[in-house]
Amino acid sequence: MLKKGEHSLNGLTLHTVETEKYKTNTLVLKFKAPLQEEQVTYRALLPYVLQSETSKFPSTTQLRSYLDELYGATLSVDLSKKGEYHIISFKIEIANEKYLSDQTPLLQKAIELLADVIFSPVVENEAFIPSTVDKEKRSLRQRIQSVFDDKMRYSNLRLVQEMCKDEPYHLHVNGRTEDLESITPSSLFQYYQKMMAEDEVDLYIVGNIEVDTIKKTIVELFPFNSRKGSSISPSIKTKSVVDPNEVIERQDVKQGKLNLGYRTNVTYSDPEYHALQVFNGIFGGFSHSKLFINVREKESLAYYAASRVESHKGLLMVMSGIEFENYDKAVTIIKEQMEAMKSGDFTDQEISQTKAVIKNQLLETIDTARGIVEVLYHNVISETSRELEEWITGMEAITKDEIIEVANKIELDTIYFLTGLEGKENE
Amino acid sequence: MSKITFDQLQEELYYEKLSNGLDVYVLPKKGFNKTYATFTTKYGSIDNQFIPLGKNEVVTVPDGIAHFLEHKLFEKEDGDVFQEFSKQGASANAFTSFTRTAYLFSSTSNVEKNLETLIDFVQSPYFTEKTVDKEKGIIGQEINMYDDNPDWRLYFGIIENMFKNHPVKIDIAGTIESISKITKDMLYECYETFYHPSNMLLFIVGPVEPSEILTLVRTNQDKKDYKDQLEIVRKFEEEPVEVAEKKKVLEMNVQSSKCLVGIKAQNPSRVGEELLKHELTVNVILDFLFGKSSEVYEKLYTDGLIDDTFSYDYTEENGFGFLIVGGDTQNPEDLSTRLKEILLNSKNLMITEEQLERIKKKKIGAFLRSVNSPEFIANQFTRYAFNEMNLFDVVPVLEKLKVEDIKQICNHFFDERCFTECHVVPKK
Repeated sequence: MLKKGEHSLNGLTLHTVETEKYKTNTLVLKFKAPLQEEQVTYRALLPYVLQSETSKFPSTTQLRSYLDELYGATLSVDLSKKGEYHIISFKIEIANEKYLSDQTPLLQKAIELLADVIFSPVVENEAFIPSTVDKEKRSLRQRIQSVFDDKMRYSNLRLVQEMCKDEPYHLHVNGRTEDLESITPSSLFQYYQKMMAEDEVDLYIVGNIEVDTIKKTIVELFPFNSRKGSSISPSIKTKSVVDPNEVIERQDVKQGKLNLGYRTNVTYSDPEYHALQVFNGIFGGFSHSKLFINVREKESLAYYAASRVESHKGLLMVMSGIEFENYDKAVTIIKEQMEAMKSGDFTDQEISQTKAVIKNQLLETIDTARGIVEVLYHNVISETSRELEEWITGMEAITKDEIIEVANKIELDTIYFLTGLEGKENE
Repeated sequence: MSKITFDQLQEELYYEKLSNGLDVYVLPKKGFNKTYATFTTKYGSIDNQFIPLGKNEVVTVPDGIAHFLEHKLFEKEDGDVFQEFSKQGASANAFTSFTRTAYLFSSTSNVEKNLETLIDFVQSPYFTEKTVDKEKGIIGQEINMYDDNPDWRLYFGIIENMFKNHPVKIDIAGTIESISKITKDMLYECYETFYHPSNMLLFIVGPVEPSEILTLVRTNQDKKDYKDQLEIVRKFEEEPVEVAEKKKVLEMNVQSSKCLVGIKAQNPSRVGEELLKHELTVNVILDFLFGKSSEVYEKLYTDGLIDDTFSYDYTEENGFGFLIVGGDTQNPEDLSTRLKEILLNSKNLMITEEQLERIKKKKIGAFLRSVNSPEFIANQFTRYAFNEMNLFDVVPVLEKLKVEDIKQICNHFFDERCFTECHVVPKK
């Protein structure tokens, strides 16, 4: 399905995907380490400092002008949480000169630039430049705060915080404002050295490429030292639910945000994962799913009512936006849908429909370079080697009994409701 | 069927105008799994005053009706169309903008069946009082969701500031009050007026055989009995040059402030290549002034006035155009003062050949990135076509752009009368 290769070079794994369907080439470099309180804010800050200047282009203006010269190559960073891992990604997307009148070898230049960003930051006396660090601290503070202003993101974040209080997973990818004060240009540089020495590093190159040439270039330009991986003991992943917790928060909002968090007790590497995927599709993943039909179409309670699975953490999240007074009604309907799933109250047609849509979604995902990288990276996180074809055949083979079985593993952990200020005085 | 080849991009586009007036385009994309199709009517939130089909007088319809109609078209007597698409392994959706309503699906199998489903559901409206009432609850929640979203409020706030009369200032979804007035008869009236094939465009992009697709569409349309329809008469009030409101501050339940400034276009009556060139040129100016490689960007970032939410854009269609710049900020007053100064001082913009070349390169690269996306191609091609432009002219027009063209626009565009600002600040 994909013409791909995996190459272990020194301290880095290079993943190549050869394809001619894009007019650009894409590089994604990923650093993986466990989510930890002591380093979460360092990790959130560091990539932004690195992408703002390099020793060759020692100011943002110079670096960004160079990117413009390279036909508007994009350089961006991203933080994500996969299970209990905190992932830093650097991404460059650059035009393929085949589609330009100018024949400059752009991919080579992009690789050089990425290496520059990672290996040649501007450093003085074993520290980053203070003004750069300050600037990026300010920006990060703003980024952390801005989650509060987007109530959909905010309520999701609050659910995770409540639900995973005692697990590293409660930490946000952007870190914590209270840590910012104590981070100095030299402590950040020390953290950079630690990341460079210890993180598990994966580089993805997708596009019209020549693998042997690329391999040589990468070995030369990305001289990581070899390292051991950063596996997390599985004990962290499970937590047994005693009584579901209910959290009500009041704010000046017009729409209530209802979020329910469940433990699936199944993660990506488990054999039941395919059944969980199909479960989620019937339950709430799509616009033919039970949540959409019952919460939105039948009862007109909401504009959106959906569920999604956090594959590597084993969570299932339901989210909906409703009138404050419809809280009980919506919770009841959602619980009823879950009960229906557990007792097998769904048809063969719902199963086949869901499988068709999931297959479609997978095939569409690998139509984008970004999608390919994300799909392949799942294997790195879960230490499995599930091929794309297996995703599809495995999912298609799932039976009704297997869906019921996986449904019965799912436990409600926390209900979070962000509601309006009305009625507060009476409490 | 005619074929247009774009050599540099290595793309081919197939086109046919059917006898009922429908424009059909097919762009084959080899190597892709997905086929993406959009079926779009040139009818959006701004079309709120028009002469209904078969009538003589202009009517004014409730705000949000085009969007409401979009929702309702998915529901049929025997259930909703989402079910049918998902049985065929497709995912379907729709959106309403200022000037268009688009229905779409993407799928990696059953492409022909899905395409028939798309065309047929859009061409067979089924509205009843009961289903119309039911939808009011759902759209009411959509409106509430946007009401709580500070970025949306800010965006519409700045547009409202700019326009005194033009309906682009009306929120696309309308208000809970305005949609309460919508009836099934009004929906039929809008539908009959704006959903004739001659007002619509079908775009298919994916690993398909163009002649087969065109035959399918032709056969489908031949079975339906469309009478020729006269050109639609829309009515727009005259819009003055000056903005409606110079400044607005919205207090919301937020922790960070936000600021956007805007400039309203004067006499936005261009169409075709003239519009394409104008829109691109203003966007080149914005890249020069505010792009990440600009001195302004670095200065504002260093001064703590902007962060990575900072963005800028210029958009123009026949009848309205606006430029918007801004983002999250610690100090909306300072940021708007600085942006205003920069924009109004751009009357005599100094830009060198070399600087212009760099921005052109950047935009050409960005265009290549965009055409990796079937969604971008279909949606943007349609938008361009409705304004008599061709999406694939973007690169050639950019390549021809001269410093003179930029100076000419700067000369009159950055007019203080057209400037406005909008802030969102935390509630006290």
